[in-house]
Amino acid sequence: MQDEDARPAPEALLAEAAAERRGKLKVFLGAAPGVGKTYAMLEAGHARRRDGVDVVVGVVETHGRRETLAQLADLEVVARRQVDYRGRMMDEMDLDAVLARRPQLVLVDELAHTNVPGSRHPKRYQDVQELIAAGIDVYTTVNIQHLESLNDIIAQITRIRVRETLPDSVLEKADQIELVDLTPEDLLKRLREGKVYLGDQASRAVRHFFSPGNLTALRELALRQAAARVDDQMVHYMRAHAIAGPWPVGERLMVCVGPSPSSARLIRAAARIAERLHARWFAVHIETPGSERMDDAARDRLAETLRLAEQLGAEALSLPGTDAAEALVAAAAERNVTRIVIGQSQRSRWKALISASPVSRLLRIAGPIEIHVLPDLEASEKPAAPKPRERRAIDPRPYAWSALMVAGVTGAAHLASGVSENSNSILSLVFIAAVIAAALNFGLLPSLATAVLATLAFNFFFMPPLYRFTVADPANIVTLFVFLGVAVLLSGLAARSRLLAETARKREAAASALYSFARKLAGVRALDDLLWAVVYQLAMMLKVKVVILLPDETGSLTIRSGYPPDDHLTEAERAAAQWSWDHGRPAGKGADTLPGAERLFLPLQTASGPVAVIGIEGEESGRALSADMRRLVDALCDQAAVAIERVALVDELDEASVKAQSEHLRSLLFASISHDLRTPLASILAAATTLRRDHDKLEPLVRDELLATVEEEGERLNRFVGNLLDMTRLEAGVLELKRDWTSMADVVGTAFRRAGQILRHHKVAIDIEPGLPPLRLDHALIEQVLINLLDNARKYSPEGSLITVAVTRAGDFVETAVTDQGSGIPEGERDLVFDKFYRARAGDRQVAGTGLGLAICKGFVEAHGGRIEALAGPGGVGTRLCFALPIEPLAEAPADD
Amino acid sequence: MTEPTVLVVDDEVPIRRTLRTVLETHGYRVLEAATAADALRRLGAERPDLVLLDLGLPDRDGIEVLRELRAWSAVPVVILSARGDEAAKVKALDLGADDYVIKPFGTGELLARLRTALRHRAQSAPEPVFESENLRIDAAARTATVNGQAVKLSRREWDVLRVLVMDAGKVLTHRQILLKVWGPAQEEQTQYLWVYIGHLRDKLEPDPARPRYILTEPGIGYRLVRAEEG
Repeated sequence: MQDEDARPAPEALLAEAAAERRGKLKVFLGAAPGVGKTYAMLEAGHARRRDGVDVVVGVVETHGRRETLAQLADLEVVARRQVDYRGRMMDEMDLDAVLARRPQLVLVDELAHTNVPGSRHPKRYQDVQELIAAGIDVYTTVNIQHLESLNDIIAQITRIRVRETLPDSVLEKADQIELVDLTPEDLLKRLREGKVYLGDQASRAVRHFFSPGNLTALRELALRQAAARVDDQMVHYMRAHAIAGPWPVGERLMVCVGPSPSSARLIRAAARIAERLHARWFAVHIETPGSERMDDAARDRLAETLRLAEQLGAEALSLPGTDAAEALVAAAAERNVTRIVIGQSQRSRWKALISASPVSRLLRIAGPIEIHVLPDLEASEKPAAPKPRERRAIDPRPYAWSALMVAGVTGAAHLASGVSENSNSILSLVFIAAVIAAALNFGLLPSLATAVLATLAFNFFFMPPLYRFTVADPANIVTLFVFLGVAVLLSGLAARSRLLAETARKREAAASALYSFARKLAGVRALDDLLWAVVYQLAMMLKVKVVILLPDETGSLTIRSGYPPDDHLTEAERAAAQWSWDHGRPAGKGADTLPGAERLFLPLQTASGPVAVIGIEGEESGRALSADMRRLVDALCDQAAVAIERVALVDELDEASVKAQSEHLRSLLFASISHDLRTPLASILAAATTLRRDHDKLEPLVRDELLATVEEEGERLNRFVGNLLDMTRLEAGVLELKRDWTSMADVVGTAFRRAGQILRHHKVAIDIEPGLPPLRLDHALIEQVLINLLDNARKYSPEGSLITVAVTRAGDFVETAVTDQGSGIPEGERDLVFDKFYRARAGDRQVAGTGLGLAICKGFVEAHGGRIEALAGPGGVGTRLCFALPIEPLAEAPADD
Repeated sequence: MTEPTVLVVDDEVPIRRTLRTVLETHGYRVLEAATAADALRRLGAERPDLVLLDLGLPDRDGIEVLRELRAWSAVPVVILSARGDEAAKVKALDLGADDYVIKPFGTGELLARLRTALRHRAQSAPEPVFESENLRIDAAARTATVNGQAVKLSRREWDVLRVLVMDAGKVLTHRQILLKVWGPAQEEQTQYLWVYIGHLRDKLEPDPARPRYILTEPGIGYRLVRAEEG
């Protein structure tokens, strides 16, 4: 037994793991006050408490909100510390009281809070860090505007500078971030209903803060923060598990793209630079009002370009802005980008004369950001002949409405002109109103038509000579032209603002569709559930039938899920799906390749290759999908691809960790077996050789001792081999129960007859309840269970102490408990003792044995439909191992006599 | 009395060597066989008084040796076998083996089994009287006394007890007892047997929960022993 120390000690590993335990930080992140962070945190706290976690409230600001108060009602709240600050009593979280209370989880509201001067730490997040260091988990809340790196940009957006800031590192180090999201509409509704606490700030500033525009911007920032965080976690996880991949180090790159066909080359060039720099990179398209006029082909190309960027590892963004250069620099600054890559485009000479090129503007305003200008790589190639602009059929309705409006305004003006003689200036304003209304409602062309119509009407009805298109007074001619000019100008401006609003609305709709899609996929862990979620969501959002195909073990694509469920593929469809998988391009109906198929097949791919193919079957018979829908589908597919890859990656990791675990188990097994076989053999051989060689020189007493050693060690070896064989039988699944009617009393009797010897150094008490029903069991196996339990009790309790065997009835079970007075098993480890090779931590002495015994007990008892558990002994002393076997009704015995 | 001859059938040389040493020390003459064929040949030629038969032989199953042997010989057979092989033991006992010893075994237990097996063969008629400590059973007269006090037993209890007494010291399988008491129709009904064994222990044992005389052989059957031997 001298080699005990050299063996791997699982208990030492356990201790090490326990020492490393730090608390975990979970942050509930919100875009603005009032989104419900505190409520969400309390709800999560309640959920944990229901799971049996010891939860207390460190500090929660209810601001008198009823729901929050109600949530708080039944949680334990640590009383706050009263601090006197310049004559005012202030409340602060009582850090020491929480530390002394030592809960498993503490809820701390408002992470960015600044403590009253004189507190231990100036900032609340420092209190939280101390709690975490003490091994206490913390749930906390924070609003996005408190984040230090976002402070400036948020001040710009909202015109309110937030003084309480939080270092980004605190959020970065959080173990978990939960985004508490509320749409701006809902938040404003809550604000109107008085459900948002605004503090005592000047209310006008606050009202400005809560404008829909600000809230949308803040929400976007919060969403981005949370999304970036997801990626960081993945990167961290991959790195921790030694998965190859690019890691961002400092440098960040942004490439600006447009719909030009050369953008793809630009993206590839940027990808190469990013790879060389190991930089995280972004591909940005600045959506200027002009880009709304892009035709479908250009839009498709742009979407294609951005998707390419994503596949190459970029974060693709599409941002609104009126000035491309300014918007680009702002976007770059917001993301701490260090280099911007743009392409030098061919510009016509006259355009170059009247305005500075975007490139030179960019160079002027970029500040510290490096600008890489790549030549237009496509310049030497003849650009493809511009496609004839798609002729959109003109909708006559806006023009009719415009004409009607002009007529109405003319009527109204006619009445007004009756009131005052010289009222042309007022009348012109009335007409202008009509022009603006047309521009806002119908866009540029109808408003221009309105402007012309209004000018004519103005001239015809109100300028002398009346009811003619001629103008007598030259001054009136000037008036008329100025009027026309103003009308045209205004209609342009108004139409442009309408376009901007329209763009924003579409983007919001697409973004929220994508967000909700991503959110629905995010929580799914199992691949089959994820595939189902993907097809279901796609089918619901696009109103189409969807199937998803993945390669099976043999590598051929098969339908793994579908909504509505469908598993039929025609030959043409199979070919289209395979082509789509192989080439990473769409195929089937509506695509260039194999358009004869019933469905359109789109590849789902990530940077590392294809992960799946989806098949879409539209309702209409013509093209499978409109161009707009295609763009949405492409975006959704990218999300789905990433989600599928993520789940697959997690599966792979699981597999790897299971493998590592079984490797670990195997090495434990070998260590254990070789020890348990060799130790008794070593004793036996040593004793035998001594007896043989030195027989005559040995005192009779010593000889007896050596012989006793041979006998005892032989028995021990025999027990161990028996355990190994039992375990093998259990593992191999060849355990056949040979059940006979017997009683636990009888089993106790035979167990003691066979193995009573091992308890010769202990006191034994047997207590069997009289009148117990018989059991139908495999006597030999249950006898072994009892012997193993007795052997375990013997090993883990001091010699001379009492071991009790008690058999009682417990409902429909007969329960047998073996209780010792040893050192006991720590509460958290009691379920582990039935695991193979588990051995309770050795206290001051090492105990021999493989840790197989109790695992065998569990196997045998469960094979009988029984249960086994480890409990603390009475009064918390020692261990009570107890198994219960089910009582079956006994057939009537045949009549006696 | 001439020294009894024991045929040890086992393919392991160390086991044969150890058994030879032990048995010769205790006054037996020892023959050895390493294979089934060898065993059957020596049985026919040398007519040993007892056979110690290992069930795992290289050429044939020990059970088959037993079956063949029982066709023409009533020589006592004690089976050597490993734990966890209860089915094989029951089969061997039902086929006419006299007893079994579990490997690894203690010498004391082995010698006791051999003695019992030899005694039963030596008796011309089974001994109907069993005596141990304060218990006395006379199966022929149907009287049982504990500490001199007569114990009243039912007819079935007597039937079960008589079977045990007639083969005292020897293991009896459930099937063997059921067959003798209830007949072939009931031979699988071990719960009947369990009930009557319980009754007998209640009436005869000083501590029914830890029996001294009527012992359970897990998975196999019962054995009536003298407390001095158990």
